[in-house]
Amino acid sequence: MELCDLTIHELHEMMRRGEVTSRQITESVISRIDQVEGKMRAYITLLKEEALEQASALDKRLQKGEIPLNPLTGIPIAIKDLICTQGVLTTCAARILHNFIPPYDATVVANLKRQHIIMMGKTNMDQFGMGSSTENSHYGITRNPWDLDRVPGGSSGGSAAAVIAGEAIAALGTDTGGSIRQPSSLCSVTGLKPTYGRVSRYGLIAYASSLDQIGPITKDVTDCALLLNAMAGYDPRDSTSVNLTTPDYTRALIPEIRGLRIGIPEEYFIEGMDAEVEEKIWEAVRVLEKLGASYEKVSLPHTEYAVAAYYIIAPAEASSNLARYDGVKYGYRAKGYADLMEMYTKTRSEGFTPEVKRRIMLGTYALSSGYYDAYYVKAQKVRTLIKRDFEEAFKKYDVLVAPVSPTPAFKIGEKTDDPLQMYLSDIFTIPINLAGVTAISIPCGFTRTGLPIGLQIIGKHFGEETILKVAYAFEQNTEHHKKRPPMK
Amino acid sequence: MEQVEHVAKLARLHLSEEEKREMSEKLSQILSYMDKLNELETDQIPPTSHVIEVKNVFRDDEVLPSLPVEEALQNAPDRVNGYFRVPRVIE
Repeated sequence: MELCDLTIHELHEMMRRGEVTSRQITESVISRIDQVEGKMRAYITLLKEEALEQASALDKRLQKGEIPLNPLTGIPIAIKDLICTQGVLTTCAARILHNFIPPYDATVVANLKRQHIIMMGKTNMDQFGMGSSTENSHYGITRNPWDLDRVPGGSSGGSAAAVIAGEAIAALGTDTGGSIRQPSSLCSVTGLKPTYGRVSRYGLIAYASSLDQIGPITKDVTDCALLLNAMAGYDPRDSTSVNLTTPDYTRALIPEIRGLRIGIPEEYFIEGMDAEVEEKIWEAVRVLEKLGASYEKVSLPHTEYAVAAYYIIAPAEASSNLARYDGVKYGYRAKGYADLMEMYTKTRSEGFTPEVKRRIMLGTYALSSGYYDAYYVKAQKVRTLIKRDFEEAFKKYDVLVAPVSPTPAFKIGEKTDDPLQMYLSDIFTIPINLAGVTAISIPCGFTRTGLPIGLQIIGKHFGEETILKVAYAFEQNTEHHKKRPPMK
Repeated sequence: MEQVEHVAKLARLHLSEEEKREMSEKLSQILSYMDKLNELETDQIPPTSHVIEVKNVFRDDEVLPSLPVEEALQNAPDRVNGYFRVPRVIE
């Protein structure tokens, strides 16, 4: 194991004891990047020189005692390219933003910078967060470090792949319908989608505003808590962020779950799901049972309608949010147009990938006159039913435990021609966003062919501490999170 | 097909003939899947547009620093004299 394979808390401890510098950690990460990035393509923008300079300067200031050694200080972290970073290219993996340099930082980025992280670069993703495989990017496909012929999941595929491959110590992702949890599951990392409103969305480039959340992608649960500590909190710049005090999430890391009540949603075990995935989930449940938790099957009866409701609501919000890309204020502008209207249409038609166009079309249709009630309002009503399913379940259970994805990582190209099949791969993650609750994906094993499988632990609104505690208890009694892909 | 053209116009997208065919095929496939929602009786169910209860969020009307014009314009594809420049709209 190299330094780049270690966790935030391990490296922090080494820095505290004076055994390693930020510069040495950053060099280790960069040497791994030089070794594997040609094959993996996890990044859109790399900040190697900047990171090294920053690390050296930081080490000097630490030595002089000018700044405190906070838990994230000097740690190389990657940021999904959907999150604004002042002075650093932010493309959303889209041609239409190929040259966009934000004049400000997203609040989460500013929060991390206050702890003096090293920003390693901006990671690849499905364009605007629309996709489940990181194949839908203007900057090429990211590959799964466990099997280069397979997808890393998406849309935060670059972040998940970078973390497990040691191309970053940790990363930020975003999750609208599973975009943190599904790639975390497919790459064997820990990824948490916070409760809607827990983390500021200021500076997160909008896909579907009522569903989007930023969250951590890390190598273990302790790192997840550390990163969430730095990210979470009320932000007057995001009127949907919730004004609650943020707990210290590391205090939830006690491997003690005796008496915990677990609900297993029966609708999350469907026909056609991978047998090995199902097997590993039940194995995980038995581990939790051994630690003193009890479990029962529970019904979330409206689960089967979640994908349909989501693929009306999310594209509807997207069609409105993406109306801003008109070639006037920033980004790409097409050449050769006769008038303003042609400038708009040419710019947009050349600037978006087919999947983004499809979702804009779908959303525009669902919001258009004559169809608004039949599609959009109907979907919002079904959203209420899905939310109530969770409220009912959480009256009886502390957490729900389920798979993240019905299958392990699929082959590159396998689902690109069939959007509906691609949408259905998010079937176990989408309901969580619709209900606005929180969920974490943690490694729970591998298939016989060595592909990672993730366990999803779902908590109620602002139940992050509970799911972190359960995840920590599981992790402390298993070894899956310590495995790293063979990087050759 | 006509509908695809209409929606594309609303969305300010230009689609080639091939894109139109493909869009029409894929969208009708997706929309027929959406019909599933009609299995549910929802007359008495209120719609959810937002999961957390938020009321109007107000703040005091104070003057705070904002982006300088130069920075706000730095990403514009075309600009002149502190403005965004677009093709002539008014004859």
